[in-house]
Amino acid sequence: MDKTNLKINDKDVVVPGEILAEGMDYLPSQGTYRKDNHVIASMLGLARIEGKVIKIIPLSGNYLPKRGDVIVGKVADINFSGWSVETNSAYAAMLSMKDATSDYIRRGEDLTKYFNIGDYIVTKIYNVTSQNLIDLTMKGPGLRKLTTGRIMKVASPKVPRIIGKQGSMVSMIKKATNCNIIVGQNGVVWIKGLNPEDELITVETIKKIEDESHVSGLTGIIQKFLESKGRKAVLETVTEETTGEA
Amino acid sequence: MVYKKRLDGRKFDELREIEAKVGVIQNATGSAYFRIGKTVAYAAVYGPRELYPRFMQDPKKGLLRCNYNMLPFSGSGERVRPGPSRRSREISLVTDKALLPVVDLEQFPNSVVDVFIELPQTDAGSRCAGICAASMALADAGIIMKDLVGAVSAGVVDGQVVLDLNYDEEAYEEGDVADIPVAYIPSLDKFSLLQMDGKVKKEDLVKALEMAKKGAMHIIEVQKKALKSKFEVSRK
Repeated sequence: MDKTNLKINDKDVVVPGEILAEGMDYLPSQGTYRKDNHVIASMLGLARIEGKVIKIIPLSGNYLPKRGDVIVGKVADINFSGWSVETNSAYAAMLSMKDATSDYIRRGEDLTKYFNIGDYIVTKIYNVTSQNLIDLTMKGPGLRKLTTGRIMKVASPKVPRIIGKQGSMVSMIKKATNCNIIVGQNGVVWIKGLNPEDELITVETIKKIEDESHVSGLTGIIQKFLESKGRKAVLETVTEETTGEA
Repeated sequence: MVYKKRLDGRKFDELREIEAKVGVIQNATGSAYFRIGKTVAYAAVYGPRELYPRFMQDPKKGLLRCNYNMLPFSGSGERVRPGPSRRSREISLVTDKALLPVVDLEQFPNSVVDVFIELPQTDAGSRCAGICAASMALADAGIIMKDLVGAVSAGVVDGQVVLDLNYDEEAYEEGDVADIPVAYIPSLDKFSLLQMDGKVKKEDLVKALEMAKKGAMHIIEVQKKALKSKFEVSRK
């Protein structure tokens, strides 16, 4: 492969309209398009070159629902067939009765005893239609109603950095601050600690990750940050599930 | 009399001084600041988000909704009457049309991307400054775009083709003035905004458009730099 056709380096910040590669050697993927002989960027982000494929990892923007994502949503409304849930995106999601619980629900029963308006839930997107109608399910490990704790919002493109490789970042914060953390792919984070101080340090740490999300060696920085707050932060390689409750 | 030297001493094809910044409004999904000479524009993008009233929703694609607004103190002394006007409606519309060819809204059916353009200070070329700010803000908001849009005005002042007219030139009284605001998309090689005030000869128009194209290309370079520097700074 002729490297000279490539106009950018791996992990460069690129802007819409920027030519990434010339000729037919490279294939456009997410965030790029082909025009004549060129592969051109169609969004702001980090360019990644994976073999012959060029894609862009977004650095900003609102959450777009994707199948299989574990999100933290807020119950917005209750209707005949289930619950309507806010997803921190342009689209509301539906959680139907049969996906919400295995209990037998009689006709006309009060649904608020399962989820009431304003409740936060950890839930999984099991289908997204072409019109971005979202179906949710509560059937899966760790999917539940959140009763206490605090909610914070982060930009959804930063979520992978907060979770870290194999959940390394979030488990380090969890151990250091003694908090329970759930990072929804939609950028809604639930934090529950034994006391408010722990929770505040967690909030601060997550804000710091959000601000410095594209700095390399981020885990090291966060480790130092936690230690400066008088917390013991140990970075270990874990092999947990990366999404959702990590 | 022929216009031999520009009132502010610029070359005929020289732009006013440009300053661009991205991410200036924390609450917005994307935002930008664009200053050209004494004209200042802020743009904030919100969305894609839910669109109401419901009859406005389009199940095939999202909606781009631009709103252009001059602040009351933005003119040269006279208070600009706040609120929507015939002029601001028109400019909102042409801004929308200038940006539409580049944004891909098919991924966001039934939703809306709101673009708010506010001008705290104006000195001619405000719709162009607004479009430039909006172009950067949309990119900053992570919206899928084919390209950035560069906008600038070209024109003819007393027989001389010039780039990027300021207010004094627009109001030049000793000869005819034509003012042609233009938005240019390089990758499509198309003008997405073309308006004109005044009269112009055919050959002058062609010359002015060529000049505007070059000016717009330069502005796009500035936009790119601003967008990248947002991330370069925090990289170190």
